Amino acid sequence: MKLEFEMDTYKSEIKPTWCPGCGDFAVLRALQTAIHALQLEPWNVVIVSGIGCSSNLPHFLSTYGFHAIHGRALPVAEGVKLANPELQVIVTGGDGDGYGIGVGHFIHAMRRNIDITYLVMNNQIYGLTTGQASPTSEKGMKTKSTPIAGVIENPVDPISLALASGATYVARGFSGDVKGMSELVKNGITHHGFSLIDCMSPCVTYNKVNTYDFFRERVYDLAKEGHDPSDMKAAFAKAIEWPFVQRDRIPLGLFYRTEDVPTYEDLEPALKKGPPVHQPLGVTDADALLDEFL
Amino acid sequence: MSRRDIVARIGGAAGDGVSSTAESLAKIFARSGLNTWTYSSYQSVIRGGHVWTQVRGGLDPVLSQGVDPDIVMCLNQQTMDVHQGDVVEGGAIVYDLDGTKPDPKKLRKNVRLIGIPLRKKAQTLSANALMRNTVALGAVVRLFDLDFRHVESAFRDIWGDKKPEIVEQNIQAAKLGAAGVDEAGGSLKYGLAYTNQAKYLMTGNEALCLGALAAGVKFLAQYPMTPASSILHWMAVHGPAHGVVVKQVEDELAAMNMTVGAGFAGVRAMTATSGGGFSLMVEAIGQAGMTETPLVAVLVQRSGPSTGLPTKTEQGDLNLALGAGQGDWPRAILAPRNPEECFSLTAQAFNLAEIYQTPIIVISDLYLGEGYRTVDKLDFNVPIVRGMMAADGGISKEFRRYLITESGVSPRAIPGTKGFQHVAATDEHMESSELISDVLAGLPEHVEERRKMHEKRMRKLVGLRKDTPRPELWGPRNADLTLILWGSTWGPAHEAILHVDESDGVKVNSLEFPTVLATSPGSSLA
Repeated sequence: MKLEFEMDTYKSEIKPTWCPGCGDFAVLRALQTAIHALQLEPWNVVIVSGIGCSSNLPHFLSTYGFHAIHGRALPVAEGVKLANPELQVIVTGGDGDGYGIGVGHFIHAMRRNIDITYLVMNNQIYGLTTGQASPTSEKGMKTKSTPIAGVIENPVDPISLALASGATYVARGFSGDVKGMSELVKNGITHHGFSLIDCMSPCVTYNKVNTYDFFRERVYDLAKEGHDPSDMKAAFAKAIEWPFVQRDRIPLGLFYRTEDVPTYEDLEPALKKGPPVHQPLGVTDADALLDEFL
Repeated sequence: MSRRDIVARIGGAAGDGVSSTAESLAKIFARSGLNTWTYSSYQSVIRGGHVWTQVRGGLDPVLSQGVDPDIVMCLNQQTMDVHQGDVVEGGAIVYDLDGTKPDPKKLRKNVRLIGIPLRKKAQTLSANALMRNTVALGAVVRLFDLDFRHVESAFRDIWGDKKPEIVEQNIQAAKLGAAGVDEAGGSLKYGLAYTNQAKYLMTGNEALCLGALAAGVKFLAQYPMTPASSILHWMAVHGPAHGVVVKQVEDELAAMNMTVGAGFAGVRAMTATSGGGFSLMVEAIGQAGMTETPLVAVLVQRSGPSTGLPTKTEQGDLNLALGAGQGDWPRAILAPRNPEECFSLTAQAFNLAEIYQTPIIVISDLYLGEGYRTVDKLDFNVPIVRGMMAADGGISKEFRRYLITESGVSPRAIPGTKGFQHVAATDEHMESSELISDVLAGLPEHVEERRKMHEKRMRKLVGLRKDTPRPELWGPRNADLTLILWGSTWGPAHEAILHVDESDGVKVNSLEFPTVLATSPGSSLA
């Protein structure tokens, strides 16, 4: 059967500007593969990003995009989604953007369970600003901004945070496994609610610790070990395995998923009338409105 | 000489019901056909402190809440201490005989002391003394010879059909207050001929919401902040029925960024805040300027700097609005002077935002935003102009979102439109929206491209200058003094100008700016 949209349909003319070997290429590929598999109409997809190496991603695809300021991709995306819930809204960005400067919006977007798919290219370092510590840098890691004692703060654990904040689809992918990541992204997009896919995406230039080999030696597939993603307690137990409990094994795959929670759009009274973008402008009952003031 | 206007001042502690009593009185004035104007002095406390509201009504248009009151209603001793000396000659003070004492040495001539056992009278109707301010309100209504049916209708508005017994009790309480006045010598006998033709009464913030609805707003994101919060409250009640998504968000960063997203997605989107919140929105409003995203940002000012005086008015944020954001981007700042302009300029702001694809700021303040004024009937038939949109059916490869044009405006496409996919970018970009900031910035021809793109955006100011309300001169052309003003100072300024002309023969006029634009070198006001 011939598909309406070829893989190349989703590519833009702009070539990625990432360093050769950057993990973000795999995330781009996984996303492109997922929207191709779902045959999404490019004009009904909006990819919103913030600032950072990974946030350049929307330019490399042929969908609509909004390349926002640092840390604010989620609220921009929420505005898009609430204005037109018919659009498929995907947010892409890095760990600094989403778990650092934008972490407040991250928590609130999840507790709303708004139907957005969030891909975080997590490289545990600030790349675009040339190698400072990130909120997910491991304790002890020496960076340009932590040259003496290394990082002395605990890292943010996005998986536990997502579970605690009300996200209804929580997964971790790895750029060394495009196929697996692409499945996670595809299911995240079709999921009715907020989906987080934390993508371990090595920075080959500034992070010499959390490399492809670092992950290859440690990752394992949650599904293969019999994890039940409908069990929130089990999901928490798996979430804290790395980096808090130990550093030898890193779970990949789907931690948690539930379809039982209504989305923000399901509950928002104004959306009962349909997408705001299609509603007529102005009011027809001006006198009724004014009577209140008489 | 018969009086043309009346002024009442109601004071007490927060929690005494000062503001609800004042609102009822304002409503009674407006329903009596008076041009009405209120000012509330309150603080950031939920209980205690000293709060007071002044309500003025006039047979002729009024331009301020007035100066000295004809009547002061004291709900506690502090109100007596602070305000008794302000009551005009021949005026009156209404107070609770039990526990409140006037100081005759501080009073002007012929001020009548209407001491009524407010609490005891209220308790004859209900065990708690909640209705003591209603007893006092009844006294004020009687002193001014206002028609008692407006008292009844005001109470019905507040408690509605759901609690008829409370409405009835309050009416009885007000009558007890009126009887107290009759026992103490009757009304002030000012002899105003009330028309009893009801006038519309609203705050600037409410008028602004109505203007937004008339213009077709479909999205409001806001974080609570005095004195902008009543916009969120009013829209939360009325917005959804008109298809408006009203969202209280986690902070003002989210408020502005969500508004940007909604504007990009093609709806008329708005956010509102005061100076502190606007400060947090600064980076994101610049993003809207750069991505050429339409939106309306409402800035209802209060005293700064920093948290400042949250409940006091000030016009201190013009620089903030003019200078918001790093670098330069085109904007217009619309400064309504009264509720009618809160309505009309807000409606116009949505057109300007979409025609010029840039944020438009509506700047107001606590005095205008929260004060009640009577207004003429608002005309909801406002023009709706959505600006240049790219036609359906083109090919994305040919569509350049940031096409350089003479007007600076490029055809816009909203997500969902087939064939016009593009990325709105907050980094500097080419016509195609490809970034200049990354690899291209090293190449000289792209530096030139950046200059052209910046000039394109700033050319929008030419059109904005043409399409926004011009400065206005009010008063005699030749004057001894010219006041330069914008926003809510309009009313008191006009009143002062009329007053000095009448009392001292001094000719003063005013130059007023309903629009404040960033100027560019060589531009002039003319």
